Amino acid sequence: MEITSAHFKKVAGQKLADKKVQEALARAKGKFVVARAKAIEELDNFEEIRRAAADVRDHCLANLDQYLEQWEDNATAAGTIVHWVESAEEMNRTLLDIATGNNVRKVIKSKSMLGEETGVNEYLERGGIDVRETDLGEYIIQQAKEYPSHIIAPATHKSKDDIATLFAERHQRPRLDDIAQLTHEAREILRPHFLDADMGITGANFLVAETGSTMIVTNEGNGRMTTTLPRIHVAIASIEKCIPTLEDLSLLMRLLARSATGQSISNYLSVTTGPRRDGDSDGPEQFHVILVDIGRTRVLGSELRPALRCIRCGACMNHCPVYQNIGGHAYGWVYPGPIGSVLTPAYVGLEKAVDLPNAATFCNQCSVACPVKIPLPDLMRKLREKQTELKLAPAGQRVAMRVWAWLASRPTLYAWATKLAARVGKIAGGRQGLVHRLPLVGAEWTRGRDLPAPRGKTFREIYAARKRS
Amino acid sequence: MRVGLLITCLADLMRPSIGLAALKLLERAGCDVVVPSTQTCCGQPGYNSGDRPAAQALARKLISEFSDCDYVVVPSGSCSGMIKTHYVELLSELPEARAKAEWLAARTWELTDFLANVVRLDAIDVRFDGTVTYHDSCAGLREMGVKNQPRELLAKVSGLSIREMHDSEQCCGFGGTFAIKYGDISVRLADLKCDEVAKCKADALVLGDLGCMLNIEGRLRRRGDNRTKVLHVAEVLAGMTGEEVE
Repeated sequence: MEITSAHFKKVAGQKLADKKVQEALARAKGKFVVARAKAIEELDNFEEIRRAAADVRDHCLANLDQYLEQWEDNATAAGTIVHWVESAEEMNRTLLDIATGNNVRKVIKSKSMLGEETGVNEYLERGGIDVRETDLGEYIIQQAKEYPSHIIAPATHKSKDDIATLFAERHQRPRLDDIAQLTHEAREILRPHFLDADMGITGANFLVAETGSTMIVTNEGNGRMTTTLPRIHVAIASIEKCIPTLEDLSLLMRLLARSATGQSISNYLSVTTGPRRDGDSDGPEQFHVILVDIGRTRVLGSELRPALRCIRCGACMNHCPVYQNIGGHAYGWVYPGPIGSVLTPAYVGLEKAVDLPNAATFCNQCSVACPVKIPLPDLMRKLREKQTELKLAPAGQRVAMRVWAWLASRPTLYAWATKLAARVGKIAGGRQGLVHRLPLVGAEWTRGRDLPAPRGKTFREIYAARKRS
Repeated sequence: MRVGLLITCLADLMRPSIGLAALKLLERAGCDVVVPSTQTCCGQPGYNSGDRPAAQALARKLISEFSDCDYVVVPSGSCSGMIKTHYVELLSELPEARAKAEWLAARTWELTDFLANVVRLDAIDVRFDGTVTYHDSCAGLREMGVKNQPRELLAKVSGLSIREMHDSEQCCGFGGTFAIKYGDISVRLADLKCDEVAKCKADALVLGDLGCMLNIEGRLRRRGDNRTKVLHVAEVLAGMTGEEVE
């Protein structure tokens, strides 16, 4: 996917001013945050489960090579064809090769953020393959020729009216305005594609090493049909998704849907181990899994490693006050919100996403909500340090911090400077004690706010005077 | 009990009454309060802007200034959180300084937490006639576990009643340099906070962090609300809510 994170500020500004987007975001916030809060109340030991889940994910990452090999051995034994690829281009080419090698004309696809990373739909379409998204949200996005704005609710930025208009135009049918009817219409349109597709592509929420399985969760059942109906099934999975056992899977499942949508468990949970066996009533003739790196091993060896624990629930963005107000598109790549502000620079390049690690108040809501305890603000801070090191941070800011630190390390000089500032500030504040307009960097403050003015003296000079008297 | 008071650079410059109020509260509670005269800043602006060496220099300076105290008390969740939850990481590559940071972190308290749980203030001999609503600043709440402490203390002030606003734990959008780097987003978040304050119709918004105070008060005044007072919890508890600081 093309990266547009360099336009973060501009797009964020547009989204703040877009009434429709604002309404959609307000709806989503109410839905996700409230539902998650209720769902975790069902667990009387949520914090313990979170700790255990974080430990499991850390353990997997520390021993990833070993679990991936175990996974491959077991998958191969079950008849799965395993492909290892390093880059986005290589993943797309492998998929196209599997498709063309098997005379595939039509592909149905269930939701995969990894697929968004590599732009797999466009790639296959260029190769002459008809690709149909089958997750309702992804279907809407595909019809609208847009990008997802959220990792689990890709069309969350669109209103019911937007979708009604879109469907009427794309489906060439009378406009509907009832959500159930709209969903029914999408089902009707999609059903024949399910039945005549040659190949199904899914992502994988997890890879289970002890059984060599892939696993997905969905709510609509489209994933189940994608894994079972076409004669070929290909799962694309990034390597960090590997976990040791089914027991670990059940632990993580207690957290995933609760953190994501506030459900105790998703409607469908599909574990796939190998292709159709003799006597099976359904399932594909061929089952391929493409294990994908695209930057994961690099992150694994860096101080950003905890970000690889992510189980893609979206709780960090749902709870992020910045995301709640600008939505996902401003972040400019596949993963929005706090996790995106770490993964985008990590996978695509810090220089292409300079704003992202900075566009956070460090309120810590994200890491408190994260089911695997990723210290997101700490990781964003690491990226800020890197930006300073690489001189990617704005020069003005770097100089200002140097000057500040220099001054604050010299108490006598600092005392004089602050005394002066307190006096000038008091005068600038006038009778109301409010500064309406600040120069230089302060202008960004006073564009939307006043500044309550200093009171004329610093604490330390008042305290020193008292001590003397 | 030797208590070092860290004023914070922001209160020192912008609102000395917070420091004076904290001093008064600690002295009344019987603490032997020391105010190191060379104190400036805890280093958080540098730390959060990615200037680690700058932050390290200021952290080491602060640690040495408070090294003879039994406690360090700070009228700010953000600056106390910096010392308590970040200094050890900040100084992790400097073993000697790191050990001192651990020592200091264990002794560092946010003011209301200290008053409620260490000195266990039971009576507060001041009056405040009116309704207040309390905003939970992010670092105080999520790094320092400050939630009930200020409310318990405020409840002891005669004449004062607390009315909770909706979403009191939601970030106000200050975020340090965030406020001047992403002004539009910051103002939007401040606006949402101001909406809740307005709906609550309290006489005063009370909180424990000056950064958030400046942000919310600045937006309230720009919106034309000159009625709602914005007060630091220390000012209310010390009965120092007037304009005069001396």
